[in-house]
Amino acid sequence: MSTTSYSTLAHIGWVLRGNPLTAVAAAGVAILCLLAAVGPYLVPYDPIASNVAIALQAPSAAHWAGTDQLGRDVFSRTIVAARLDLIIAASAVSLSFVIGAVVGSISGYVGGRLDQIVGRFVDVLMAFPLFVLAMALVAALGNRVENIVIATAFINLPFYIRFARAEVNVRRNAGWVESARACGDSHLSVILRFLLPNILPAMAVQISLNLGWAVLNAAGLSFIGLGVRQPTPEWGIMVAEGARFISTGNWWLVACPGFALMITVLFFNLLGDGLRDILDPRMRT
Amino acid sequence: MGLFEITMRRVGRRFVSSIPALLGVLVFTFLLMRVLPGDPAVFFGAGTNAGQAEIEQVRKQMGLDKPIPQQLLLYLKDVASGKLGNSMTTGQPVLADIKQRLPASLELTFTALLIALVSAVPLGIWAALKAGSLIDHAVRMFCVVGVCVPTFVSGLVLIYVFYYMLGIAPDPTGRLDVFASTPPNITGFLLIDFLIVGDMSGWWASAKQLILPALTMALFVLAPIARITRASMLAALGSEFVRTARSLGLSSWRIVITYALRNAVLPVLTILGIVFSTMLGANVLVEKVFSWPGVASYALNALLSSDYAPVQGFVLLMAAIFVFANLLIDILYSISDPRISIE
Repeated sequence: MSTTSYSTLAHIGWVLRGNPLTAVAAAGVAILCLLAAVGPYLVPYDPIASNVAIALQAPSAAHWAGTDQLGRDVFSRTIVAARLDLIIAASAVSLSFVIGAVVGSISGYVGGRLDQIVGRFVDVLMAFPLFVLAMALVAALGNRVENIVIATAFINLPFYIRFARAEVNVRRNAGWVESARACGDSHLSVILRFLLPNILPAMAVQISLNLGWAVLNAAGLSFIGLGVRQPTPEWGIMVAEGARFISTGNWWLVACPGFALMITVLFFNLLGDGLRDILDPRMRT
Repeated sequence: MGLFEITMRRVGRRFVSSIPALLGVLVFTFLLMRVLPGDPAVFFGAGTNAGQAEIEQVRKQMGLDKPIPQQLLLYLKDVASGKLGNSMTTGQPVLADIKQRLPASLELTFTALLIALVSAVPLGIWAALKAGSLIDHAVRMFCVVGVCVPTFVSGLVLIYVFYYMLGIAPDPTGRLDVFASTPPNITGFLLIDFLIVGDMSGWWASAKQLILPALTMALFVLAPIARITRASMLAALGSEFVRTARSLGLSSWRIVITYALRNAVLPVLTILGIVFSTMLGANVLVEKVFSWPGVASYALNALLSSDYAPVQGFVLLMAAIFVFANLLIDILYSISDPRISIE
């Protein structure tokens, strides 16, 4: 066992040396998570306390990213918002990952009629422009934050179902699956104990790439006024509020949350690309 | 059989096979609207101020007292005859509203797609031809960063730079300046209508309004197109037929355009479906940022005031456009790859 773990570590080290961006991205994601956890205790100002006397001030030593139309500190709000944005994205992606992996692998394992029905369902979902579908879902379920999570999870679902289905389908008649069955494992146990763990690494890549996409989608939904309500600090709604002041030159309302969104998506995407390099067997030499 | 006939057959077959997806879309929207909060009779017919008796009447009229499967059939019949209900906010039939606003959205989306294709494909080819060079790295970095900037943020950055700082863009609201005269409504596409009546200053004014939102949308999809063009061009350039063409002494221009590009275009076409889907979604955000009077902002306003008939109409329309776009991509695919048509 120790040799395998050593060679895996060595491989990861080799990939990181060849692609230092992955290390940067991993560190970035770690910092983001840390900020989401402790950010609210670190920020210099209360994110929702307004003080109209200092409204719309440009960035200064006291307010690093300026103040918004109610005199709230944009920097503090951006940091505090990290928690909500990351929680929405992470819960949406985990929800669709769990459901997608289970439905997809059962569909790929069982095949036949069930597989056809699942395939048709996925086809219908993919016939919608996905952001529009998310909008419609929030409309149907009600304009609340939980429903942003559900809608984002729903539009991610087709990718996980397809992925798990295809990966299980190629493995279902493999020797080790046969022998598990021959040893008396039930079908459910074969799926849960052997097939799912086997496709997990490949799905990790998908998760990381999807997290960035989920952040963008969730922020887009709250930008158009769905889900998150004022005065809750959230990047999408902060940009939406700042948009009203951009044509009068108050750029800082948008700059800080906009940059936060961009860098978050960038870190997740780079990490996903890096993970793919680590896990792709073709890279192992 | 001629190529045309083969293609037409294929189109027909593809069209037939996209019918189940369209039906599924209809059933899905129907189900979505049934789980809507509140009473469809209130939302689609009577309005929130209606009395109990009036609501009852609308419910009967809409067939909401019938069993669900029968309701679904009624719904399909309504959609087939273009009855999408009335908008409470505008007081007009949804179909009429959508007809009036659709050209604005299409003009924006097509312009953006054109800008994206015209800039991303050459960029991808250029990067592939100079693989490993500074240009290649710049294009690759642009591709990585480009997909990370939300449409609504890049739109605001463009407004800040071109409207506020440089002052060369007009006020970023709507399709035309409030004081400008509108052309006669011929096609609904302002750029075309102005051309038809020969009003060049009007054309220029509407083009100036269009360029920033179109650019915003184009920026978001530029990256995936450039990325896939670069990758497939690299594969094509490294292939044996290109090596053979080179050894035969063909001009490098001809090798790149005729041989490599024609083969590299297929993956680009494949990804165009996803690109179009993201564009239809990005449309909502861009129309909001630039107060563009298109179907998306119409649906969004309706959605935020709990007026659901326009939302339903919008979702159906978007799905229909997307299915149609996929069909179109498929036709292009079979034109550019004759192997597919040979049975």
